[in-house]
Amino acid sequence: MNKIWLIIQREFLNRVQKKSFLIATILVPLIFPAIIGGLIFIMIKESESAKADTVQVLDESKMFTFKSNKRFTFVPLDLSLDQAKKVYNETEDFALLYIPQIDINKPEGIAIYTKENPSIEKVGDLESSIENQIHDLKLKEYNIDEATLKSLRPKVNLKQFNLSDTGEEKSSSAGILYGLGFGLGILIYMFVLIYGIQIMQGVIDEKTSKVVEVIVSSVKPFQLMLGKIIGIASVGLVQFTIWIMLITVLSSGTLAYFGLKMPQKQVMEQVTKQMEKDPEMKEVVEQQNSKVVELLGNWSELPLLKITLVFVFYFLGGYLLYGALFAAVGSAVDSQQEAQQFQFPVTIPLLIGYMGLFMFILRDPHGSVSFWLSIIPFTSPVAMVGRIAFGVPDWQLALSIFSLIGGFLLTTWIAGRIYRVGILMTGTKVSYKVLAKWFMMKG
Amino acid sequence: MNALITRDVTKRYANHTALDHVSITIPEKSIYGLLGPNGAGKTTLIRIINQIINMEEGQIEIFGEPLQEKHIGMIGYLPEERGLYKKMKVGEQLLYFAQLKGLSRKQALERIKIWLEKFEVKDWWGKKVEDLSKGMAQKVQFISTVLHQPKLIILDEPFSGFDPVNAQLITEKILELKEMRSTIIFSTHRMETVESLCDHIALIDKSKKILEGPKKQVKDQYKSNTFIVEHRGNQFTFPIDRYELINQKPLDDELYSTTLKAKNGINGNQVIRDLIDITEVHSFQEKVPTMSDIFISLVKGDEALKKHLQEQA
Repeated sequence: MNKIWLIIQREFLNRVQKKSFLIATILVPLIFPAIIGGLIFIMIKESESAKADTVQVLDESKMFTFKSNKRFTFVPLDLSLDQAKKVYNETEDFALLYIPQIDINKPEGIAIYTKENPSIEKVGDLESSIENQIHDLKLKEYNIDEATLKSLRPKVNLKQFNLSDTGEEKSSSAGILYGLGFGLGILIYMFVLIYGIQIMQGVIDEKTSKVVEVIVSSVKPFQLMLGKIIGIASVGLVQFTIWIMLITVLSSGTLAYFGLKMPQKQVMEQVTKQMEKDPEMKEVVEQQNSKVVELLGNWSELPLLKITLVFVFYFLGGYLLYGALFAAVGSAVDSQQEAQQFQFPVTIPLLIGYMGLFMFILRDPHGSVSFWLSIIPFTSPVAMVGRIAFGVPDWQLALSIFSLIGGFLLTTWIAGRIYRVGILMTGTKVSYKVLAKWFMMKG
Repeated sequence: MNALITRDVTKRYANHTALDHVSITIPEKSIYGLLGPNGAGKTTLIRIINQIINMEEGQIEIFGEPLQEKHIGMIGYLPEERGLYKKMKVGEQLLYFAQLKGLSRKQALERIKIWLEKFEVKDWWGKKVEDLSKGMAQKVQFISTVLHQPKLIILDEPFSGFDPVNAQLITEKILELKEMRSTIIFSTHRMETVESLCDHIALIDKSKKILEGPKKQVKDQYKSNTFIVEHRGNQFTFPIDRYELINQKPLDDELYSTTLKAKNGINGNQVIRDLIDITEVHSFQEKVPTMSDIFISLVKGDEALKKHLQEQA
């Protein structure tokens, strides 16, 4: 036990003292706030400096009126199409919009001429502006007023409840659950992959530098493998903890900074003013407020402690399960390149869990595919944390936990048997048959 | 007491037997040469003694006790394929190895200091291994092998990679360790090392032990009653019923050097008596086999030895 502790210490200190660790630990969290800050900065700059595009309008139907706004300045023309094209060509204007004589029931032949390929967004804006006007024209034609129209389209918000076995009502929100499942699942996937490969790298280094023979004359190969896996896990946990803390602090810092630039009070005042003028707006805002309150309510109603515990368990369980396999791969090969062929099959089940997260778990958390993905130990670390927030029956959770424990004991045992032979074998052409032979080898 | 006894140690792999009932006895405080061609099973035996791999059959006794995990700290092992953590500092590395062998941190620090001084490399503590030359790294590795004062030291090809000066230094340290009551096992196929350092030897070939004993005894056993005579003139014949002429070559001044093998029951004195009567003897010497001769004769058969001897003569 004491020796495993020495190995863990060495693996941990050796990695943590490296410059690359320090750089990665500090830089990665800086990237997120930098991206957020950068995007907000660009958005603000853009909206401040955005110039309206000039659109020349040749409306032969005489049915449309275009009001200039922030995005477009409309200049009406009264020429033939050929002349208009010529005129447009001599200007720097964004586009020439041509509306021929049309039937509003069959609006065809409307065209836009531009010098460069316009963005979908801008074309879409113009299209919807025309569609809205046709819409209004038709309403007039059918003699329908706005009020009638509104009453035809009532707004319905489904309030969501989960009815538990005891008949207790619990409100829930698919959005929050989706986000939570998505985030936690990806976190586990990344952690397992990044640090699993570090284990493999570490084993290959020890093997190629031949230091391993001296080490295993002092400790059992299994102890060395376990020490390495645990040592690297603690590096990962430390790094993740620092990242999460830094990201939280820095992100809220940037948001707060930019938040100050757009004084909220002013925004709120404007909204209130608008609300007084416009009852519809008031309704929308109130609805939204109540939604936020509901979301916060839902958040606090989630079994957060349970989710955290489950997350930590699958985080470590998944890492141990795959870590052992990565160690076995590292022990079998003589170089990083050679490792590729075995690394791939090891990562496939992990990848299946990752894809299953999007294709099944988050869409249909209680379906049978989701069930199996969250029970089978190779996919359960990613799948179960993706599912847990949606509510998983206790028996399923227990089954999954036990099969994961069984799973990592099994992979660690298999990996240990391959590892003890592999680390002392250099220059062997390794195939699956050879691995099987190593596994079967006595003592 | 014996430092190490193996009894019928056997190790089989899927398609070959690496060790076949190998029994050796290594006396305490000896320098024991484990000889054999490449692939004979030396490294397998050494790994089994180091408990890196297990044997299928047989027993091993170390200083009177059956070999167990607790004996790891009694053994110092220098593998043939040397290796250190390249990115680690020399001092930290030595500390790590010593602690794995069971030394406390404090003990280890003291010993490292002493050994770095012995090798006159006190200022290496903070150097990374990747910045050391090959010979320097070998010294560090040697220190790591003996830091925990093992009673049994196993050196696999200890001189490969050392220049003559450093090889001499290592030889001195090995003799010092012997003085300090350590038992040393050498695995090598460099016969000059065996000749000068070992007092006991065992020869392993094709997974089997084929020879073992004190060096002198082994040599005596392989004396072939062969003599080398320098004499003047060659116009005479040996009593052919008592000798076999192996070869004869002319030296300067009508001197000849003749190697001859005496038939059984004829000793050196008798040979001289015979020779004095027929020629003028300038020098006379019994040809004692070198370890190299014995090695070759056993591993490759007598034909090869004859050829080898003829080439030498």
